[in-house]
Amino acid sequence: MIDFEISPRIKGTKNMVHMFAESAIRPIARQYDEQEHEKPWDLLKMMQKFMGGGIGGALGTEEKKKEEKPEGEPKEKKPRETNLAGAITVEEVFWGDAGIALSIPGPGLGGAAVQASGTPEQKEKFLARFAGEDPVWGAMAITEPEAGSDTANLKTTAALDGDEWVLNGEKIFVTSGKSALEDSKGFVVVWATIDRKAGRAGIKPFVVEHGAPGMEITKIEDKMGIRCSDTVSISFMDCRIPKENILGSAEVVDKTKTEGFKKVMATFDATRPLVAAMAIGVGQAALDFLKQTLKEEGVELRYGINPHRMTSLERDVMQMEADLKAARLLTWRALWMLDNGLRNDLQSSMAKAKAGLAVTRITQKAVELMGPLGYSRELLLEKWMRDSKINDIFEGTGQIQLLVTARRILGFTRDQLK
Amino acid sequence: MVSFELSDEQKMVQETVASFAADQIEPIMRESDEQNAVPEDIIAKGWELGLLGGCIPEEYEGFGEELSSLTGLIALEELAWGDLSVGLHLMAPSMLAISVLDQGTEEQKKQLLPVFCAEEYKAASSALVEPYFNFCASALKATAERDGEEYVLNGSKCLVPLAQEAENMLVFAASSPGMGFSGIDGFIVPAGAKGATIGEREKNMGINALATYPVTFKDCRVPLAARLGGDAGCDFLRLLSRSRLALSALAVGMSRRAMEYSRDYAIQRVAFGEPIASRQAIAFMIAEMAIEVDAARLLAWEAAWRCDKKMDFVKEAALAKNYAAEMAMMVCDRGVQVMGGHGYVRDNPVELWFRNARGFATFEGFVMV
Repeated sequence: MIDFEISPRIKGTKNMVHMFAESAIRPIARQYDEQEHEKPWDLLKMMQKFMGGGIGGALGTEEKKKEEKPEGEPKEKKPRETNLAGAITVEEVFWGDAGIALSIPGPGLGGAAVQASGTPEQKEKFLARFAGEDPVWGAMAITEPEAGSDTANLKTTAALDGDEWVLNGEKIFVTSGKSALEDSKGFVVVWATIDRKAGRAGIKPFVVEHGAPGMEITKIEDKMGIRCSDTVSISFMDCRIPKENILGSAEVVDKTKTEGFKKVMATFDATRPLVAAMAIGVGQAALDFLKQTLKEEGVELRYGINPHRMTSLERDVMQMEADLKAARLLTWRALWMLDNGLRNDLQSSMAKAKAGLAVTRITQKAVELMGPLGYSRELLLEKWMRDSKINDIFEGTGQIQLLVTARRILGFTRDQLK
Repeated sequence: MVSFELSDEQKMVQETVASFAADQIEPIMRESDEQNAVPEDIIAKGWELGLLGGCIPEEYEGFGEELSSLTGLIALEELAWGDLSVGLHLMAPSMLAISVLDQGTEEQKKQLLPVFCAEEYKAASSALVEPYFNFCASALKATAERDGEEYVLNGSKCLVPLAQEAENMLVFAASSPGMGFSGIDGFIVPAGAKGATIGEREKNMGINALATYPVTFKDCRVPLAARLGGDAGCDFLRLLSRSRLALSALAVGMSRRAMEYSRDYAIQRVAFGEPIASRQAIAFMIAEMAIEVDAARLLAWEAAWRCDKKMDFVKEAALAKNYAAEMAMMVCDRGVQVMGGHGYVRDNPVELWFRNARGFATFEGFVMV
């Protein structure tokens, strides 16, 4: 039965997180935009205490917990909404502030990779730390100066030398890299090739712990937005890590055929709608603010009249509202499918493509409609416009999402649609 | 709890109407457009699906339970996937029937609804749109003035489907001009009413197969009992919103067909040694078409769900309809673009969808769910 009402449990969480975002995150949003490279430690420590890495659940890691089923007995299937609940939490936190939300401690994408393709021992070893008292971050390093989405051309190498892997290369745009490696006892999952000739088949993920010899943070990026979140370059010069830190098998085979690769892809199906939810949170913040201001100024929005009688402002605001809602519904659909064990690869990329673009436009329009007030740093609108642009870029640009969506709609392989 | 799963009944409706659309409607789409007529046997066969009768409760001789807008949207999407004109022709009686069911007095329901539960198709219609460039449903120029025991209707209407054969027509006019939506009422005008003149069949850019007419009213008198909802009048904005739900679903169905057609063409059509779908310029257009079709559907579903849950849905329906109208034009425009010259010739259907699509910006008053 079609239903758009979130369950009371999620609604309770949503209200709580919203209140928290409004009272604890929003008030310091500007401060940590202006003081780039500083962290709101008090807030982050408090969040760590309350959640004990619980936000990790929101970032897709909890999802992979296997439900132990006794053999033979088909267990009564309870409807699950873990992923939907996570996305709704994410949306509210990002409504508070995207930069601070991204700097919240937790396993992050690196943790998600461990969760998706690690052995039970690896999970125990690498993930337990996130449940402690102190904030710990996990990070993921894929992009290099000359390759981002084009992962087959990664140049960072990993070579086995006795009981150790030796990593060499340079990674850039590592979100929370400094948090993971310098500010806490975290790790970064580094994607490197063990066989350049093998292309994508040779690319493997490695867990590199903080303090690993030969690893150095070489640059901390100054960014247009999400300034509270650190983005770093990491260089690996004969960086040695234990042999068992490789995630998945060290065999070079066509990865599309392996379980490990499928699991990694499944992780993307879970994270894409979450990135969409991040965008939607920022879009909602801008729309809420705009509508509130219009209301205070006595500008009425006449829903229901025919479009050619609307003012340009009414048309714009209604378009923004519809776009945001459409993005949210596409996102919810992708998450509902995930929660119900349905294949959602197409729907998750559709959601991210729509949300990234819609919210980029919504925040830009909101600044435009508020005129000089929108452009001023007195208000947060301009910040939301700077922040939201990242959603059309990270975790795959809008164009990459279209590429993935198109391949799936057309039934085309990578080779058929480049 | 959030769910995107159709009920068993909705799945059945979807399957039934989808196969009717594929087997019966689609093959005659082009011919109907060229001939400016929907073949009668298609309507007779379509009527057998019992889509309208299934919305009308037993007490009025129907076989439906509670009216579900959402189920209605699912059926309309599939009909429009087959052909918009045929779908509109088949469902035209619901413009009157569902308005009466939703807003009519008990007497009006008893008197007017049973005919729509019969085995034979009976045309009925509704007149809302007016022939002015700045037409707006909240400011109708047609008026209804009370004169003793009668209402006197004056004004011009256009885009009235099946006016010539309709036994009854629901005419919307301002009973309290200047009062916006709340000053508008519906009046049931029988065929041949004095003062009502049906003009020559309209020639529109699209929906050619559907017979639409201009109708003018000059001192057309109807009894007080002809006012929809009796003395209390009707909630016009609610009916308008129901119509917007329906139009959203029709736009989604037709656009989905256009997207699928362009997709299949782009996969088969070879240029520069490979399918044109292998080029990002084409593939990205198709991806966006698919995303926007789904986006418009979900907006409409959410609004219809609110309607079924008896929540306010005026704003949601308006947003969904305007979104769907823009989406349909964008998608059908690209449908032509993907095919290039082949899209422009009438051998292929995309030009038909392109012409139909712009109509959604204008269409109002198609209360079909």
